Formats: sequence, C-alpha cells, structure tokens
Amino acid sequence: MSQGFVTVSFIGASIMFILALSGLSKPETSRRGNIYGVLGMLLALTAAILGLVSANYFILFGGIIIGGIVGLVLAKKVEMTQMPELVAILHSLVGLAAVLVGFANFLDHNPSFVGIDKTIHDIETYLGVLIGALTFSGSVIAFGKLSAKISGKPLLLPARHFLNLMLLLGAIFFGVLFVNQSAVGGGMVPLVCMTIISLAFGVHMVMAIGGADMPVVISMLNSYSGWAAAATGFMLNNDLLIVVGALVGSSGAILSYIMCRAMNRNFISVIAGGFGTESTAQPQGEDSEGEVIAITAAEVAELLREAKEVMIIPGYGMAVAHAQHTVYEITRKLREKNINVRFGIHPVAGRMPGHMNVLLAEAKVPYDIVFERDEINEDFPEVDVSMVIGANDIVNPAAKEVPDSPIAGMPVLECWKGRSTIVLKRSMATGYAGVANPLFYKDNSRMLFGDARESLDNVLKNLD
Amino acid sequence: MLIGIPKEVYPGEDRVSTTPDTALLLQKLGYDIIIESGAGVGAKFTDDTYREANVEIVADARELYESADIILKVRPPQNNGSEHDNEADLLRTGQTLISFFQPAQNGELLKELTEKKVTVLAIDSIPRISRAQKMDGLSSMANIAGYRAVVEAAQHFGRFFTGQITAAGKIPPAKILVIGAGVAGLAAIGTAKSMGAIVRAFDTRPEVKEQVESMDAEFLLLDFSDEDGTGHGGYAKVMSEEFIRAEMDLFAQQAKEVDIIITTALIPGKPAPELITEEMVKSMQNGSIIVDLAAEMGGNCKLSEPDKVITRHAVTIIGYTNLPSRLATTSSQLYATNLRHLLTDLTPAKDGKLVIDMEDIIIRGATVSKDGKITWPPPPPKLAATPPSQQNPGPENPLPQSQQKRSWGTALVFFLGTLVFLGIGQVAPPDFMNHFTVFVLACFVGYMVVWNVTPALHTPLISVTNAISSIIIIGALLQISSDNLLISLLAAMAIFITSVNIFGGFAVTQRMLSMFRK
Repeated sequence: MSQGFVTVSFIGASIMFILALSGLSKPETSRRGNIYGVLGMLLALTAAILGLVSANYFILFGGIIIGGIVGLVLAKKVEMTQMPELVAILHSLVGLAAVLVGFANFLDHNPSFVGIDKTIHDIETYLGVLIGALTFSGSVIAFGKLSAKISGKPLLLPARHFLNLMLLLGAIFFGVLFVNQSAVGGGMVPLVCMTIISLAFGVHMVMAIGGADMPVVISMLNSYSGWAAAATGFMLNNDLLIVVGALVGSSGAILSYIMCRAMNRNFISVIAGGFGTESTAQPQGEDSEGEVIAITAAEVAELLREAKEVMIIPGYGMAVAHAQHTVYEITRKLREKNINVRFGIHPVAGRMPGHMNVLLAEAKVPYDIVFERDEINEDFPEVDVSMVIGANDIVNPAAKEVPDSPIAGMPVLECWKGRSTIVLKRSMATGYAGVANPLFYKDNSRMLFGDARESLDNVLKNLD
Repeated sequence: MLIGIPKEVYPGEDRVSTTPDTALLLQKLGYDIIIESGAGVGAKFTDDTYREANVEIVADARELYESADIILKVRPPQNNGSEHDNEADLLRTGQTLISFFQPAQNGELLKELTEKKVTVLAIDSIPRISRAQKMDGLSSMANIAGYRAVVEAAQHFGRFFTGQITAAGKIPPAKILVIGAGVAGLAAIGTAKSMGAIVRAFDTRPEVKEQVESMDAEFLLLDFSDEDGTGHGGYAKVMSEEFIRAEMDLFAQQAKEVDIIITTALIPGKPAPELITEEMVKSMQNGSIIVDLAAEMGGNCKLSEPDKVITRHAVTIIGYTNLPSRLATTSSQLYATNLRHLLTDLTPAKDGKLVIDMEDIIIRGATVSKDGKITWPPPPPKLAATPPSQQNPGPENPLPQSQQKRSWGTALVFFLGTLVFLGIGQVAPPDFMNHFTVFVLACFVGYMVVWNVTPALHTPLISVTNAISSIIIIGALLQISSDNLLISLLAAMAIFITSVNIFGGFAVTQRMLSMFRK
C-alpha cells in the first residue's frame, strides 16, 4: 500500500481522536465520541498493518488478540469503585510500551541519521524512554497505593528534594553520555542506567504523595503517558503519534491543573509530596471546642422526610463503603415524595477526577441531578438537609474562615450555610489534610457515626 | 441562673417571650426556666407543653419576679396603675431584663430601672449588622406585621386578590400599593404577590428597587437621582420638601388607581410621615382599603386611628398597632428564637452564667442600662459604614495577590517559552521543525477541546485518552517486521501490552458512558 494512503489514514485517525475528546463535552454525545475513538484506532491500525508491516504477522496478530482479550476481560470485570486502580495500571502499560518501543528503535540503528539529525533523534529516543519509564513505575506505585497494596500514607524520605535533584542530574549526565556514545555506535549502558534512574524517580515521586492527592497523580500520569507517546512520535518521525501524544498530554495537564486549583494548591507542591509540611504543627486545639451532636438513623430519615431540598455530598468514604447503590435507593424514595434531591460533587472528591460521577452513574443516579461545586455552592442557603457521606476536607469551613489553616483558600462546598447538615463518618478522625473540621461542631450539624453503607441501609429502612 | 417568663400584661398582647421548643434550647445553655401560669395561652402554648419541656410553672407574677435572675419579656414593663400589673415595681436590683424597650420613648422608665440597678437589654437597640440578624426582633416582628397587614386587608376587601376568568365573567386582580419597602413592606409585597394581586411599591431609598423587583413587583421611581433616602443603619431619613411634594403627587395619582394601600413608612425616633391625605382617601374607589402600619406613631394616613378599623369616604382604614400579636404563635416563636440567639452570645461558656461583654458591639448596642448607669444611646457602630466584606478578610484578601502573581508567572512562562522556541528554531533541521509545528498545534487543539469536557466525565476522559495514547502501538508495528529477533520480540511485547490497553480502555469507557443517563 502506498505511503500516501497510510498518511491520509493517519490524518483521518487524528481527526477521529479529536472528535472523540470533543464528544465528551456532554453526556449525550459522549458515547458517540467513544465510537469515534474506536474507529480512529481501527483506521490507524489497519493502515499501519497494511502499509508498514511486512513480516511476522503471526506474532503481530497473536499479540493483538491475546492482549485484546485480556483488556476486554479487565474492562468487563472491574468494579466502578476500582476505576482509579484500573486507570493507573493501564497508564503503566503505555509507559512500558514507550520504553520497549524506544529500546527497539535504538537497537534498530538507522544509518540515515547523521550530524544534528542524529543528535536530535538520540535525544528524542532518550526522552521517550525516560518519560515512559517514569510513567511506568509511577503508575505501578499509584496502582499499589490505590488498591491498598502499599500504604496510602506519603513516604517522606529525609532529604527527598535533594534525592530528586540528584536523580535529575544523573538523568542529564547519562543523557549527555548517551548522545556522545551513540554518535560512535554505542550508548546501551547509559540508556539502561537512565532507565533505572527514571524508574527509581517514578517510584520515589509517587511514594511521597498521599492518598487524597491521587486525583492529581492520576491526571499527571495520564499527561505523562501522552508526552511519552509524543516523544516516541518525534523519534519515529510519525505525526499521528505526535498529535495523539499532544492531545493526551495536554488533557492530563489540564486535569492536573483543575485538580490543583480545586485544592488551592500548587502543582509543584503536590508533586514534591507531603501535605502542608510547613503548617502541620497547629492542626489540633484551634477548633476542638464545642460539642458534637450525634444522631440516629431514624432521626436522619425523619429529617430527610420533612425536607424539601436535600443535597448529598459524597466523598471517598462512599466509594470505600460501596454505598452508592443505597444512596440511590434513598434518592429514589425521596424523589418519589417530591423532595428535590441533588448531588454536590467537589472536583477532588474520591481518588480520581470525576470518580464520584462515575460511581453515581453506576448506581443509576440520573446525571442531571448531579452538580459540580461551582454550580450549586450558591444554593446551600435554600437547602434543608445536606448529607455528607465520607467526605471531610472538601466541606471544611476552616478553608473559608480560618486564614492560617493549612487548607485556607481551598474552594469547599459550603454545606454549613444550609439549614442542617448530617455528616456520615466512621470516627472523629481528621481528614487527609490533618485539619480539624469545625463543621462537626456547628449548631446545625449532626453526626451519624458508623460504616456509611450500614448507616445508610438503616436510614433507608426508616424512610418508609 | 434562673430565667423567668412573665405573662404579658399589655391589653391584647398574646405573645410570649419563650416557647417550649426554645426553652429546651435555653436549658442547653445551662439556664433553668420558670414561667407564669398561662403566659403562653395567647400564643397557643399551654402550661402542659411547657411542663413537658422541663419548665416550672409559677402561679403568680410576684413570685416569678422574686426568684428569677433574668426576665424575658416582649413588651417594655407596663405600669397600668393597679398593684398587680406594675411590672417596673416588681423588677428588683441585680435583675436583668431583656425585652423590647424603646429607650427613646421610655426615658422615665429607663431612669427608674437604672436607679434600681436593673440591667436592661433592649432587643430593639441591637445594631443592624449582619452578625446580629438572627437576633433582630424588630425585623422578625416587621416581617409578621407585613404578612398580617395583607391578611387584614383581604379580610375587609370585598373582592378577590387574584384575577380570574370564570364562567360567570371576568374578575380583575386587585391592585396594591405598598409604601415603604423595609422588612414589613417586603413581607407585604411577597404575601400580596403570592395571593395574585398586582403589587406596586414605593420607597425613598433607591437601593431597595432591586429587592422589590426581585419579588416581581413594580417599583415606582421618583426622578430625584441626587437625593438618597438612606439614613443611619439602613433606615429611612427625612427627605427634602421638594422631594416630598413630588412624592405626594405620585401618591395622589396612585390613590385613584389602586384598591389597597399598605403604608409602612417609619423614621426611627420621629413621628410617622403623613403620606395619605384626606383628599387622597376621597379620591379612592369605594370599598378600597388602607392598612396603616405606622398608626402607633401617628399614622401615615391622616385619618387612621390606632387600634381601630374605621370607614371614611367608603374607604376602610385599618389602624391596628399590634399586628404581630394577631399572629401570636409565629411571632412568639420567632421572637423567642431571637432572644435565644442573644442569650447564646451572652453565655459564652454555656454554663448558665450571663456575661455582659461591653466590648461586643451587639451586646453593647443592646445594653441600655447597666450597673446603675444609663448606657443609651450606644456610641455609633463603627461597622455600619464599612462593607460587610471587612468582617471576614480571610478569603477575600489573598485572592488579588495570588492572581497578580499568577499573571506574572504566566508572562514569564510565555517569555521563556518563546526563547526556547527561538533557540530550537536556530539549530533544528527543517524536518524536526515540521513535526514540532504539528506538536504545538496539537497541544493547542487538545487544550481547547479538553476545557470543554464536562467535569462529570473526567474519569471517562482519562480512560479514553489512555486508550488513545496506546497509538504508540504504531511504533511497535514499525519494528515488528525487523530481522533482528530481539527487536521483533520487544515489538511483540509492546504490541501485546498496548492491545490490552486499547481494548480495555475503550471497552471500560463505553461501559462507564453507557451508565450515564438522565
């Protein structure tokens, strides 16, 4: 098949991918968007197989078929609460692929590159492998943390910033070495050394980040997997890879930005790890005054029945307790009684961007009653009952009221402005940021202690 | 400390200063409560319901005044001549009285109580700042008065409020003019509106125009842009003569058109301005209604008489002065809650001990007599002139700074980026620059497209971009046909794992998206 045909197919695929992303702007068009993505991939693969491959078809199709089956089984079996883990492990695969392709390309010496072209090509290869390895190891650690195989607490090595700097300098050193050696036909040793450094860097970086910063990490790794693809595209002189890599890279970068802004934190400080290390000294004591008023499930049901406007604010606790289906049952019952139930979602609720939306969608909650923070924050004064399920920092009034709080300035859901707030919580422990939550001590707050699922089951029973 | 709730002795006063519900909450502050038998009857709270709320019932007022440390009342102490009713005499040294007091009108009484060293907190002297809204008894009562004014008007009005087209013919809606759009005026507007009437409103303070219009009523505007009727603390002030003449012309003209006039115009400490002359009453249609909420202070209508409903020139003029008492249950409930909020502030330790902190602007304002000294009027509130944002500078202030920083940062990034691009352009071969162009443009396309993605779909976005980024498989496809076994092995491996990703990524995205439904 002619080269021209392959190029045209690639352009077509690029357009399909852009359409796939733009389809996600609305739930109505999103499914069509995904189909565009599938078609784009199909087009690109067909063109590449017909136009670029000349031998080893058996291994090729074997790999695709086995890989495809594995992928489909994974997609079928995964529970929605485990989405962050699945996404993390899939990211690691992209990183690993970038490393493999980079090595394969390096071994396959192309004599057509000389002089500056050769240098640029080497740098591209080096970068592709570097980002790929970083993505791979970082994603594996993120997977471990999300699936609780590794502790979610940030691992803070002493002198960790220094260590990071050393690793970076090491990577640059081996980069120079690699380009020099590659010019005379060698370079395997520095490339392998750098891969190891990069893997170590990925591990160290994600280990230092705590559980609630996972939305940022996931978005960041998403972004890296894109940049790895783009670097590979440069290496292979392939515009399709460059375009796709850039799309994915910028998408992940934007998500990281949105997540950081939602926590009023700066990207560098999230990546550097360890939340608010400067100000962790003062969390307790400042607002432990006042008493917490507990409430029973029956009273909660009573409150909900008498309300006109109910706002449900889910957090990671809902995902952990798998309580989304019970939440939906409660929502359905209340809506049958003509009570306006809405959901308020904070961008960083859960462990990945949009995590809560997916869980609620799985539980069949219609998406038109699920709102973002900015859409509903103004409405709280009219809300009769806000129900906070397994969330803490995202509803902490200290962010607004205590100027020197570690989370000061973080945009939060202002549920305390409503008539009453019910907080479902396992204990009085502080949230991820380690900041006491004055919400619990407010006059109009009531605490429902216990596992979210059991508590909500009891509320549901009492609703009839 | 012991809180005592006497029965109100003023004729026709049905309100009570604490309800059983609030009594429970006051006990949480550490207080014990006693109540005079029958105090809540007018507001439909029986002694039994108080008893259920752990409130002790005391048979007579004298006993109550003797034992209680704090007296909560609605009206200022009355002296009706008879021995039993003289509340001022019953109050004793060291006691604290919290009630409406009108210190400007009750100077004698204030002096008498001060000499007896009774501490007096006047609910009507609480400064009008946002923190004190929950204790603002005047607003609570005004709200009820506004509502009740419309109900009274409806009672005497011979027609529907709402327009209807029936089989028996068309009925036009009632036209209502509300003069003075304060709390009472706005409540009246809301009530009349919800009953279907056409509502117009007038106020000398132009800034209430928005509030009136937000309630779907028409705001009648005088063309006096240079004169603003807003006085101290958000109340109205006396206007210039010219303004008043224009205003009267407007009322004269409106009087001919509307069916009901509700007047709520009051200026603190001054007799009510006369807005509706006898001429205007004459010009109104037969059967029209005037509700004069200012009757107690002389009336906005020339003809109105306090506490009476009279008919002059075929117009019914209602001059009830105690409308909140005609809705005693609700007004007691609201007033009791106002008192409870004040007591919460007065009891910082929640230990049932009253602390009068004269540094607190609300408590300072409310306290009109303390330790044998008259402390009224309070020094002018400092906060009244400053915008409310001053009260919580925390979230407001850091913003501009960080924004400034951010815009500097953005400029720096752009500058450095340009330098880098120029540098690359100098040395890189054209082939690379072509790819680079594609790369930069694609970044921009990605930027534009992804900002449009709704936050609800961020998880599917991540999983679909993940699937798409497996396009890296093309790199593996380029190398799979190599003669070098190691290379094709690496490529095969890459194909395998990217396939997992492609199929898995698209499939799970589809699964998620199919769950999103209305």
